[in-house]
Amino acid sequence: MDYLTQLENKTIYIVRESYSRFKNIAMLWSIGKDSTTLLWICRKAFFGQIPFPVLHIDTGYKFKEIYAFRDRYAKEWGLDLMISRNSGALEKGMSPKTGKLECCNALKTEALKNTIGEHGFNALLLGIRRDEHGIRAKERVFSPRTISFGWDYRNQPAELWDFYRTGLDAGQHFRIHPMLHWTELDIWRYVEREKMPVVDLYFEKGGKRYRSIGCESCCAPVDSRADTIRKIVKELETTRVAERSGRAQDKEDAYTMQKLRSLGYM
Amino acid sequence: MALETIKIAFIGHVDHGKSTLIGRVLLDTGSVPKEKMAEIAKISRELGKEAELAYLADQLKEEREHDMTIDTTQIFFRTRKRNFVIIDNPGHVELLKNMMTGAAQADAALLLLDVNEGVMEQTTRHAYIARMLGIQQVIVVLNKMDLVEFAEGRFDSVAGDLAVFLGKIGLKPLCIIPVSAREGDNISKRSRSMKWYKGPVLLELLESLRATTVPEDRLARLSVQDVYERGGERILVGRVESGSFRRGGEVLVLPPERKAVIRSIKVFGEHDRKLAGAGECVGLVLDNDAGLGRGAVLCGPGAEPPLAKSFEANLLWLAEKPLDMRSEYLLRCATQEGRCSVGSIKARIDSSTMAVIEEDARSLGANETARVTVNCEKPFLVEASGAADEFGRFVMESAGCVCGVGLVTEIGR
Repeated sequence: MDYLTQLENKTIYIVRESYSRFKNIAMLWSIGKDSTTLLWICRKAFFGQIPFPVLHIDTGYKFKEIYAFRDRYAKEWGLDLMISRNSGALEKGMSPKTGKLECCNALKTEALKNTIGEHGFNALLLGIRRDEHGIRAKERVFSPRTISFGWDYRNQPAELWDFYRTGLDAGQHFRIHPMLHWTELDIWRYVEREKMPVVDLYFEKGGKRYRSIGCESCCAPVDSRADTIRKIVKELETTRVAERSGRAQDKEDAYTMQKLRSLGYM
Repeated sequence: MALETIKIAFIGHVDHGKSTLIGRVLLDTGSVPKEKMAEIAKISRELGKEAELAYLADQLKEEREHDMTIDTTQIFFRTRKRNFVIIDNPGHVELLKNMMTGAAQADAALLLLDVNEGVMEQTTRHAYIARMLGIQQVIVVLNKMDLVEFAEGRFDSVAGDLAVFLGKIGLKPLCIIPVSAREGDNISKRSRSMKWYKGPVLLELLESLRATTVPEDRLARLSVQDVYERGGERILVGRVESGSFRRGGEVLVLPPERKAVIRSIKVFGEHDRKLAGAGECVGLVLDNDAGLGRGAVLCGPGAEPPLAKSFEANLLWLAEKPLDMRSEYLLRCATQEGRCSVGSIKARIDSSTMAVIEEDARSLGANETARVTVNCEKPFLVEASGAADEFGRFVMESAGCVCGVGLVTEIGR
């Protein structure tokens, strides 16, 4: 079995384990390349009919290309799309200008908390990868979150082989990470092989492209000449620039990501 | 270059330099982004230190402030020949569950020792766990050679001590290498200070490792994860653990024991799938699937599959609450699950020294290991291969948490 097929099968296995354990489950779709790959693989795992909602946490500050892509493929793939917004915070004027940590926490983490509270989800599938950030590298595949959404990174459960933890206390939920074992380069090789659609912000325009996408206000493009998937793969084979170098929320302080994640950030 | 990634668990006693060696390997292979190195230098300065290589792996604030790895992490890097994932692991005994979580995913282990301190409690315990988890390829690295003036005599003495223990648990390392992670001796370049060492340097050895694969001669097995209804059909979904299944072929389904024929193999986007091979997650439609669901095992033709309500195993206990022979636990083996209890504990063994603590014991404490009899409420398909493959390994859980991990050694009747 070739390498990309191995990665794909491992993800399918985890996704099916998740659904066999938790029926009240949803998948988070940020419309970026990783969660779109997870969505693509979920379609394979469930033979084209994903049996749970696909949740977009909409901060209101996303690129217009992201909204267009979301609406097009939600329709084409027959997704049960659920949009989660923290309207209260937005009305009060929450924006990155208030503070990056505060903004991410209010518009992403709090929005997600409200949605989980409303629908009572006890498991969420997320497309995070170990190689994109040192804090994410510490994650389990099945990662419990406390009632207050906290991540107890000092005392994570044992996770042996494919025996994922199943016990949850009242009010807890699982963050399930079926893409942890993929690298950025793997994702692009897979996108190429599968002829999978991605938002065109990833491709070079005017000497720049986005390597990681999110809110328009907090993403900076990197210098690049890669205007095709093939060229992106070539570029990544030699680069020494970090993937999230254009993401403002990683920069404020060395431990911003740790703080955000311990509060329940994705 | 092959895309295949080799996963290596770095294991060994606390403070022997695992995280520092990882930092060195990343630096020597040009795997550190410039901004990352600048960030490390800045944080090290703030904590009043020289640029600390270990911070490339230790990312949690608490880890850096206390100079200790708390939880396992994975770091990706590549050389011209191979892709690698390093799995760093904590060396404290209290953090053994985190170490096992990391090591269970590895193709190979790198056992690290401080040559100055020699063989310590977690050195041997980690070696035993690597053996127990079925890791076949183990590299031993004697670090901090700079602290003993690169002396061959000291190297020989520690290597000799370790060899005695490894011999006891039947573990044969690929190589024992003297290095200095801090100075970079024998990592990517041959050390000028240790001309007496003629073996390979660390990176050469890493590039020679192989990924773990399922042996091809195994009988066909598929463990069922779930059943989906699609277009009026019931699709059993699961993973082919070994061998292969053919459309139209007959299978034996366990439990309950019955024969069935594979009507079709379902893979999304494919319309005419004839064969499903090892490692593939597929869907199968059978002609006779009434009552089948999660936990069923499909077996291809071949020897009678071993179904047992009782088996012998090597068990390592992880939970703080000791194993109680009067308690019931949840046994998980592949996707099979059911209640079990422990019928006998032949000898309680310290997992670091391999010394027998007590013969014919009644209980087992955290980090102790034993040969036990496991009695199950219903039959399980288990295989006494002595290896950590899908039907040879299991976990025992209580209240949804793993408390013990084991390998089947002998099947009862």
